Amino acid sequence: MAEKSGADILVQCLVDLGVEVVFGYPGGAVLPIYDALYNHPTIKHVLVRHEQGATHMAEGYARSTGKPGVVLVTSGPGATNAVTGITDALMDSIPMVVITGQVPTQLIGTDAFQEADTIGITRHCTKHNYLVKSPAKLAEVVHEAFHIATTGRPGPVVVDIPKNVQIATAPYARPELKVHASYHPQTKADAAGIDAAVEMLAAAERPILYTGGGVINSGPQAAALLRELAALTGAPVTSTLMGLGAFPASSDQWLGMLGMHGTYEANWAMNQADLVLCVGARFDDRVTGRLDAFAPNSRKIHIDIDRSSINKIVDVDVAIVADVGSALDDIIALWKQRNHQKVDLTEWWSRIAGWRARKSLDYAENGVEIMPQRAIADLYSATKATGKDVIITTEVGQHQMWAAQHFGFDAPNKWLTSGGLGTMGYGFPAAIGAQMGNPDSLCICIAGDASVQMNIQELGTASQYRLPVKLFILNNEYMGMVRQWQELTYESRYSNSYSDSLPDFVKLGEAYGWTGIRIEGPADLEAGIRQMLETDGPVIVDCRVAKMSNCFPMIPSGAAHTDMLLDPSQVEGVMSDEAKALV
Amino acid sequence: MHIQEELSQRHVLSLTVSNEAGILARIAGLFTARGYNIDSLTVADITQDHGVSRITIVTNGPPKVIDQIIAQLDRLVPVHKVTDLTENGPFVERELALVKVAGTGEDRIEALRLADVFRAKVVDTTIESFIFEITGTTDKIDNFVGLMRQIGLVEVGRTGVVGLIRGKDAN
Ligand SMILES: Cc1ncc(C[n+]2csc(CCOP(=O)(O)OP(=O)(O)O)c2C)c(N)n1
Ligand SMILES: [Mg+2]
Repeated sequence: MAEKSGADILVQCLVDLGVEVVFGYPGGAVLPIYDALYNHPTIKHVLVRHEQGATHMAEGYARSTGKPGVVLVTSGPGATNAVTGITDALMDSIPMVVITGQVPTQLIGTDAFQEADTIGITRHCTKHNYLVKSPAKLAEVVHEAFHIATTGRPGPVVVDIPKNVQIATAPYARPELKVHASYHPQTKADAAGIDAAVEMLAAAERPILYTGGGVINSGPQAAALLRELAALTGAPVTSTLMGLGAFPASSDQWLGMLGMHGTYEANWAMNQADLVLCVGARFDDRVTGRLDAFAPNSRKIHIDIDRSSINKIVDVDVAIVADVGSALDDIIALWKQRNHQKVDLTEWWSRIAGWRARKSLDYAENGVEIMPQRAIADLYSATKATGKDVIITTEVGQHQMWAAQHFGFDAPNKWLTSGGLGTMGYGFPAAIGAQMGNPDSLCICIAGDASVQMNIQELGTASQYRLPVKLFILNNEYMGMVRQWQELTYESRYSNSYSDSLPDFVKLGEAYGWTGIRIEGPADLEAGIRQMLETDGPVIVDCRVAKMSNCFPMIPSGAAHTDMLLDPSQVEGVMSDEAKALV
Repeated sequence: MHIQEELSQRHVLSLTVSNEAGILARIAGLFTARGYNIDSLTVADITQDHGVSRITIVTNGPPKVIDQIIAQLDRLVPVHKVTDLTENGPFVERELALVKVAGTGEDRIEALRLADVFRAKVVDTTIESFIFEITGTTDKIDNFVGLMRQIGLVEVGRTGVVGLIRGKDAN
C-alpha cells in the first residue's frame, strides 16, 4: 500500500469528507499541513486575522449551510485563541471540527516552544477531542471526528496533531468509518412517548409549541414538519433565540420569541398554557425566568436528542429522546392515523389576542434620534424588498435582542447568533463564514459599537476574499446591555460601560478598502440602508442610534414570566441581593 | 444573602468505559466542571484485551442531580454504560483499607482484639505498630478506623469503593 505523510492523509480525508472551506491561520506546528494545502484544487483556505475569528466563521458557515465548519490553527496560542469559539459551538450545538497543530510527540510535556495542553484545555469545551500520536491512526480519527461533530447533538471536536505525526508516513487506504462502540445517539423516539404526546396534544385546550435551536439543527425538513404540526393542531408557536426562523414569523400562529426579552404574548401564553410541547429547546434560564413560576399549570412534553437536557432544569411529564425531525414525523403520522381533529382553540386564541393587544414591542420615537428598533425594522423591510436570500448575524447586547424582536425570519438557517455563550465578537466573523458558504446571499451582521471591536480585525479577511458582507453597527456609544443592567440594579452607576474613544468606523472601513457609510439621524436612515444594500462590495455602516434606549419587554433575572417590565417607567433601579446574584 | 445547600443522597455508580488516554480526566473533570461531588473513585481495566475499564464512583447529591450526573456521563463518547447500583436493586460494594496503628501494652492487645472482631488481617508488624488490612463496606471501615483512632491511629490508605450487582448477570 502506498504511504502518505500525516499531512497528506489529513488533507485526503478532508477531501473525502466533502470539505470545501477551511478557516485557518498558519504557524510552526501546522506548516506541513499548510504545505499540503498549497494551491489545493478543491479545498479553499480562508486566512483569518485572529484564530477566534476562524472559529466563528466556521460556526457561521455551519449554521447557514448545515455542513460542518472546519478550522485549522497552530499549537499553543493558535489553539488557545480558538477556545472561545469552540466553547461557543458547544453551547449552541454547532458542528465544527478544529484541527490544531501540536509540538512533536517527543517534546510533549517539556514546555516546548508554543506548547499548550490543547487536549486538556479543550476537554470540557468540546463534544470530544483527540491527540493523534501516529499517522496510521489519523484517517480513522478524522473520519470519526466529523461523524461525532455532525451526528446526535452536534458540537465541536478537536483533533490535535503533533508536527512529527504530520511529517511521518503510514500506509493509507480510505478508512471504513469506525466509531466508538459506546457512541450511539438515539435519533428515533420510543413509541410510548410519541403516543402520549399525540394524545396530550389532541386533548389540550391551551397548548403551546416552544421550539428551539434543535429544530434548526435537525435540518430544513424538521422546520417543515413543525409547520405541519402547527397547522394540524392550530397551536400557537413561540421560540427561543436559537430557534428563530424554524417557524415563519409571518404566520398568524407566531407569538414571537419568549423569555427574558420575549414578547408579552409569548410569555403569558407559556405561563397560562395547559400543555407545553418543547421541541429541541433546553429550558435555559433566559427562557424560563423564575423556575417555580414557569408554565405552572401545564403538562410538559420535551423532545430532545440529548437525554441530559431532559429534566435538567424543568421536570417534564413526557420525555422524547430523539432527533426533532424524526419525532415530529412520528407525531404527525400518528395524529393522522388516529384521525385526530384540531381542538377548538377559539377561547385560547382570544386570550392571546388580548395579550397581543398590549403591543409589547412598540417603542416611542422622538424624531430627533434614530430608535434602534426602527433601524432594525427598516433594515428588515429594505432587505425583504431586495428579494434576495438574507442571512443575519448579530453580536451580543441590546442590538441582538432588538434584531431578534424586530427582524422577521421566515426560514431556518438565516439567523445566526451566539445564544448559549453570548460571545461578543461572534457576529462579524460569523457573517464572513456565512458569506463564504452562501456567495449569493445578502449577509448582514447587526453589531453593537462595543462588540464589533472584539473581532474588528476581520475586516481584512472580508477584503481579501472579496466577500460583500454588510456590517451594520447600531452605535449607541455604550455597552448598552451593561448600561441597562446598571440602570436596573445599580442605580445607574455606569461603571465602565461607556464606549469611550470609539474609532471612526467609516474611516476604519475605508482603511481596509470597504465602503463606509454614516447614518446620523432619522432623515438619513432609509437612504443609508438603501446605499448599503446597493453597494456591491463590503460595507460598514455606522448607524448612530439613541444612546439611552433600553430593551423591553424584559423579565429581570429571577422574575416570573408574568412580571415582565414593559417600559422604562417600571424600572426601580435597585434589586435584592438574591436577584443581583443571578446572571 | 446566604447560599443554601440541598439535601443529598449517596449513590454508587458503576461505569464501563473505553480504556483510552484522558478518559479519567474527562470523567473527573466533568464532576468538577458541573459542580458534582466525588466521595471516591476507582478505576482499573477489566477485559483481557485491556480495552474496557470499570470505574466506580461514589457520589452524593439530590435525586435530580444524580439523574443529571448519569445522563452527563452517558453523553461522553468513550462511556459505554452507566449503572446506578444504588437504584438498580441489590448490589455488593467493598472497599479495602490499610490502617497503621501504633501503641504498646494494653492498647496493642485491644487493637488486635478489635481487628479480630472486624476480620482485619495483620500485614505488617513491629514491636510498637501494626498495619491492618481490612475489607468491607465504607461504613465498616469508617467504624474500624474510628476505633483505631482512639487507640493510636498513625495513617490510613483506602482504595475507594468497587461494586457489582448481585446475581448471575452482568449489568
Ligand atoms: C466576550 C464578552 N465579554 C463581555 C460580555 C458582556 N456583555 C454583554 S452585552 C455587552 C455590551 C455590548 O455592547 P454593544 O456591542 O455596544 O451592544 P449594545 O448592547 O450597546 O447594543 C457586554 C459587555 C459578553 N457578552 N461577551
Ligand atoms: Mg452599544
